[in-house]
Amino acid sequence: MTDLFRDKVDVSMMVNGEPVEARVPAGQHMIDFLRLELGLTGAHASCEHGVCGACTIRVDGDAVRGCLMLAAQADGAEVWTVEGLTDTSAISDLQDAFVERNALQCGFCTPGMLVAAAELLSRGGVLSRAEIREHLSGNYCRCTGYEAIIDAVESVAKGRAGKGTA
Amino acid sequence: MTIPFNNPDRPNSYIGKTVPRPNATKLVQGRGRYVDDIVLPRMLHVAFSRSPLAHAKIGTIDLDEAKAVKGVVRIFTGADLAEVCTPWVAVLAHLKGLKSPPEHPLAVDRVCWVGEPVVAVVANTRAAAEEAASLVVVDYEELPAVTDTMTALDKDTPIIHPEMGDNLAFRRLHEEGDVDAAFTTAHKVVSASFRTARHTGVTLEPRSILVDWNPAEGQMTAYHATQAPHMMQTVFAKHLDIPESRVRVICGDVGGSYGIKVHVYPDEVATAAIAKVMGRPIKFIADRLESFSTDIHARDHEIKAKIAVDADGKILAIDVDDWTGIGPYSVYPRTSAIEGNQVVNLCCGPYDFANYRAQTTVVFQNKTPTCQYRAVGHPIAVAITEGLVDMAAAAIGMDPVEIRRRNMYPDDAYPVTSPAKMMFEGLSHHASMDKLIEMMDYDALRADQAEARKQGKYRGIGIASFIELTNPSPFMYGIGGARISAQDGCTVRMDPDGSVVALSGVTEQGQGTEAMLSQVVAEGVGVLPSQVRVITGDTQVTPYGGGTWASRGAGIGGEAALQAARALRGSILEVAAAMLQADAGHLDIRDGQIVDAETGEDRMPLEELGRIVYFRGDTLPKDLPRELVQTRHFITMEYPFAFTNGVQASYLEVDTDTGVVTLLKHWCVEDCGRVINPQLVDEQIRVGIVQGLGGALYEEIHYDEDGQLLNGSMADYLVPMAAEMPDMVVGHVETPTKESELGAKGAGEAGTAGAPAAVMNAINDALRPLGAQVTEMPFTPERILRALGKLQD
Repeated sequence: MTDLFRDKVDVSMMVNGEPVEARVPAGQHMIDFLRLELGLTGAHASCEHGVCGACTIRVDGDAVRGCLMLAAQADGAEVWTVEGLTDTSAISDLQDAFVERNALQCGFCTPGMLVAAAELLSRGGVLSRAEIREHLSGNYCRCTGYEAIIDAVESVAKGRAGKGTA
Repeated sequence: MTIPFNNPDRPNSYIGKTVPRPNATKLVQGRGRYVDDIVLPRMLHVAFSRSPLAHAKIGTIDLDEAKAVKGVVRIFTGADLAEVCTPWVAVLAHLKGLKSPPEHPLAVDRVCWVGEPVVAVVANTRAAAEEAASLVVVDYEELPAVTDTMTALDKDTPIIHPEMGDNLAFRRLHEEGDVDAAFTTAHKVVSASFRTARHTGVTLEPRSILVDWNPAEGQMTAYHATQAPHMMQTVFAKHLDIPESRVRVICGDVGGSYGIKVHVYPDEVATAAIAKVMGRPIKFIADRLESFSTDIHARDHEIKAKIAVDADGKILAIDVDDWTGIGPYSVYPRTSAIEGNQVVNLCCGPYDFANYRAQTTVVFQNKTPTCQYRAVGHPIAVAITEGLVDMAAAAIGMDPVEIRRRNMYPDDAYPVTSPAKMMFEGLSHHASMDKLIEMMDYDALRADQAEARKQGKYRGIGIASFIELTNPSPFMYGIGGARISAQDGCTVRMDPDGSVVALSGVTEQGQGTEAMLSQVVAEGVGVLPSQVRVITGDTQVTPYGGGTWASRGAGIGGEAALQAARALRGSILEVAAAMLQADAGHLDIRDGQIVDAETGEDRMPLEELGRIVYFRGDTLPKDLPRELVQTRHFITMEYPFAFTNGVQASYLEVDTDTGVVTLLKHWCVEDCGRVINPQLVDEQIRVGIVQGLGGALYEEIHYDEDGQLLNGSMADYLVPMAAEMPDMVVGHVETPTKESELGAKGAGEAGTAGAPAAVMNAINDALRPLGAQVTEMPFTPERILRALGKLQD
């Protein structure tokens, strides 16, 4: 294990629209790289084995578990976290809906939940509540009971669909 | 003395309205600041080598390999920390007979559960600390483990702590009336066994602490994910020999608590002790296995109970024998006897009957310690009570709603004292039940159930009435000797720009404390909620208080805030009256303006008053008080607890081939007194329900007979996920407590209290035509199939 941590890998990637070059320990998880090396503390480490979704980030367009991916694997990738998605206003309607519906309490799951929900919403169309529940079933929330989150995502889907046809 | 906040057209009418949470926007932007987000200069990380055995003597400890790991700075054993940290004993004087041995931050001679911390490794990265901790070699001599609750007191069971004499931590028998006589002569007696599973909180943010010791100032600063900063200040000061005034506990954003983060954990105290020894910031963030094996567990109860009713369904007597295993130590400082004690106090709470006997037996065992988790004792007591009532109704052929209506205290009966000697100031069981029946359209649902059954579908309706203990007085902990404040305070001040700052001793865990405080203060002073900045969670800044537990934030902290805000309003108006040469009684503050109370005409903005007071005080009359800071504290005096009440209903379908339960819908009507923020209260109810549903259907910590934890990961320990949860309909009846001006009681535990019983009753309603019944939680497909006789091996 010690040798593994000593091995370093050079990576180059785009994070939140900015180029990042770093030499990372080969065994370092992406979520730790983002949090510890880049100071991007929005996404959180929680279960650290791919179950809870608190570390969900966007990598090359997909919602990805930051705890199941090594930083070394992100070489050449385009990575977005909640910080970048906020700065570019890419998910501002979703964030507003979460605040208005109080679709968060402690906020620890929220950045990951937003990335997962944004992925679903990016497919467009009107979503059934069952579809939303199914898509978000990889993201734990212990504070809300989920209903408010489903409401918020549903309202954004309706809002976006309404804009598209207007 | 409660103020009516009923007129929605009154000025500054924020109490009773949905006001956005001031801290929600930062959290959706990923700008929260949880303990793990904080990095301090010269900070080190600590990881723990933990016991792999449930019970063993600690032999030699070999640290050579661990020390050789690059990045390791220092390693501590139990003996090392025992020199700088005194052990604690978690007993309370009012829980007579409760005993527990001294507990150290790191095990010294012996380990007593899988996960108990033994060696602390400090390194410059978490990865290095973890790696080195895995290389610590401890020579354990295995001892027999006690894992079964029901045989813990048997003669041939080993005694975990020989100096304690036996494995009995606590026993309490409460008896009222003539129980045996009532059972002998009753029309019908129904007996049942119940079991609630051992489960845990699974906060998404693991337990987290970062402690800095500044020897130059003799000051400790702990950044701590906690519900009770002042309690932790006292604990660190006492056990690390620091004056209480020199310990500062800062509680920023907390990623979920539910009772998990209100206790003293050995690894967290060890972190503080190490920081003091090394004079450097030390961070400890539990990983997920550590969370499962060392966060407190709860609700590991086995119960035998019986109910006696007459031919009209009137409850004549209830007899409850409750057993629980709490691990090897009572948890400091709240103790692990409270949950069993609550079962005795809360069973049969809604019902007016005479003969009640309940005993709780609390035993030591070699598993993770248990302690208070959301709705302490309530889900157990409600499952026992409501399970028995439904069984009695079925036995005499009565509708489950009808039997409850015949036994619940009339809404005009209060105040009353229950057979468990709980005092109820004012509850609304009948109004709540009426509202629930209307919301769910009970008759239509029964028709749907009958229709479904014709199609071979087994649907069930389950009802659960409950009481909830909130707003605790010192009768909860203080009278037992614990330095846990039941009082809370709020300081409200006006700054020169006319904005208001509120500093409160209650804390924010995401439930909306800061929103609640902002709207109470806004209404109390007469400003917009956006003009109120709320500061919580810093022992050096806020008034001393208890923090957030037992649903006390709104009822206690909110009342202190209201009184402080109204006092500040009075101070402001006194200055304004002098400035405007008017009678203070004819002035008001609305939306941040001094106005004429009668006409509403603007007289002066608050920022002008602020400018004069802070920068041109020379222009005010010499003797005019101009204290634009007011502090008030609140404590309940008339009742030990402010009980609330409510009733839930579950509608579900059981697949009798697979044993899978599908939740179709869930309803809850509850009465938390004054509703300050309807949206936030509804969300508290909903999440409470979902945590209760988790206990009913999924959550169960498994141990083998040697005390090995078998499912210490999120993949193996199931919690409710979005796809399985139902939509929930929430309604309210408001019976404000007369003890405060605000009239608010708590709402945090109601959902969790009633949901498991509602689901149990609904499953049994569905299975009754098949002659099957389940009473052991969680109601897994396996248990349901066994009840149906479809699984027999």
